[in-house]
Amino acid sequence: MRRLTLRTAALRLLLAVGLPVLLASAWWFASAGSTDVYWPPLSTILETGREVWTAERIAADVVPSVTRLLLGYAGAAVLGVALGIVIGSFPRVRATTEPVLEFLRAVPPPVLVPVIMLFAGIGDTMKIVVIVSGCVWPVLLNTVEGVRAIDGVLADTARSYGIEGRARLGHLVLRSASPQIFAGLRQALSIGVILMVISEMFAASNGLGFAIVQFQRSFAIPGMWSGILLLGLLGVLLALVFQMVERRALAWYHGLRRSRRAS
Amino acid sequence: MSKESGVKAGKGQHMLDVRGLRKVYEGHGRHVEAVRDLTFSLDAGELVCLVGPSGCGKTTLLKCIAGLLEPTSGEVLLQGDRITGPPPGMAVVFQEYGRSLFPWLRVRDNVELPLRQKKHLTKARRRELVEHALHAVGLEDAAGAYPWQLSGGMQQRVAIARAVAYEPEVLLMDEPFAAVDAQTRADLEDLIRRLWQELGVTVLFVTHDIDEAVYLGERVVILSSSPTVVQEQLTIDLPAERDQLHTRADPRFTELRTRVYEQIQAAKRATGALPLQKTDTDADTVPPAAAPGHKA
Repeated sequence: MRRLTLRTAALRLLLAVGLPVLLASAWWFASAGSTDVYWPPLSTILETGREVWTAERIAADVVPSVTRLLLGYAGAAVLGVALGIVIGSFPRVRATTEPVLEFLRAVPPPVLVPVIMLFAGIGDTMKIVVIVSGCVWPVLLNTVEGVRAIDGVLADTARSYGIEGRARLGHLVLRSASPQIFAGLRQALSIGVILMVISEMFAASNGLGFAIVQFQRSFAIPGMWSGILLLGLLGVLLALVFQMVERRALAWYHGLRRSRRAS
Repeated sequence: MSKESGVKAGKGQHMLDVRGLRKVYEGHGRHVEAVRDLTFSLDAGELVCLVGPSGCGKTTLLKCIAGLLEPTSGEVLLQGDRITGPPPGMAVVFQEYGRSLFPWLRVRDNVELPLRQKKHLTKARRRELVEHALHAVGLEDAAGAYPWQLSGGMQQRVAIARAVAYEPEVLLMDEPFAAVDAQTRADLEDLIRRLWQELGVTVLFVTHDIDEAVYLGERVVILSSSPTVVQEQLTIDLPAERDQLHTRADPRFTELRTRVYEQIQAAKRATGALPLQKTDTDADTVPPAAAPGHKA
């Protein structure tokens, strides 16, 4: 039994890693010996990457980027969940705000960068505001849906047992909406990474996006490619962390769904 | 708990009083009178079953009693106090056990959560109540499980344990066993009889099953079709000690069941063979196949 699960785990790992390895080696061999300035060999990119991304460079560019991303993301999460609960709890508020929310969500967040620059300047605040303004919508709209979908019987049960106010919020509303909230947070994470880079490309003195643009402008093409690779790796890492948190927080939900499918 | 309240309610006062209750649903151009005029009462420590044709507004009535719905007119009194919202001395067990337990809480925490709202309870007392309640329904071993890991019958036991731990004066049960299989149902019926005798709690048990009503109740209140009034009240003079085998074979049981059945048939005839008006709340709780009378 145990061996079997070990084997399936190994198989899973192989499947997960297989395609990336295949693609990387295809890139490696296809680009080997390339003399095109814009398409340097992967070996050159990796070598440059090792030289460029020193500890100091990471502290100077990656850390500020990630800090801004996390601050903006957290801000969007808090704001989106809080507003979502208010809007989702009161049908009249929802009816009033829904058209506006749909419009705001439909505006591509990158176009907001120049606008936000006007009042938030070009510092960290602007970049965090940009990330918040893009990430908040999926969280908000999913929270509204989650709060609306609270089971009537469960709500009646909570009421009849005097579970109200803060206890209701913590034990019923937030928990009940958490699957949708996490769905929104997952969408927001990829939007956040995009906006982190874009906000740094407009006006910045540091950051991953800034570094990539700098490399490109100074024709340090292998450096630019290494920055893009690093950005991709960062995205994968964030997604993995997110998945781990979600699995823990929604263990009950996945179990519930499995048990429903089985019956 | 219920002992002292029993004394309190004994002084010329009922434990639960439903007076002239009427509920009309308005909306979307529809005007549905679910409950027309209901008056009945429960004495302290009584176990009363409410039975009526499907779609007769049982769920509406129960929600009004539980303080979850505002009646259009009339009132419900708990120990003389008018109910305006869910009262602390009342616990409800719903039919849909799968939707009334918190799926993100383990069994133990599901039972404990309502107790946390009672600020005067210490942590030790809470734990004691939870353990006692889980023991009373035979679920000590499942305390650490999630509700969805349990069978339907066990989930409904958790809901019952939660109600028991809450130490209510009145326990309301809305067709609690309609969704479990016959074997489990018999076990749960006996569990309710036993808990009722042990705790001395007042129980109002809503069902569409005539046999269940006669087997469980000290008294059966028969409702008419919607718009609902009380069709008849029947005292069940079966011995206090009941068991599935002998009680159901008792000629007196058969007699009483026939009486209830006749009354329900009469109620249906009064408004046509089928209930014409269905309230939204009842439509999904009473499947047509389980309509009363199909057993008799």
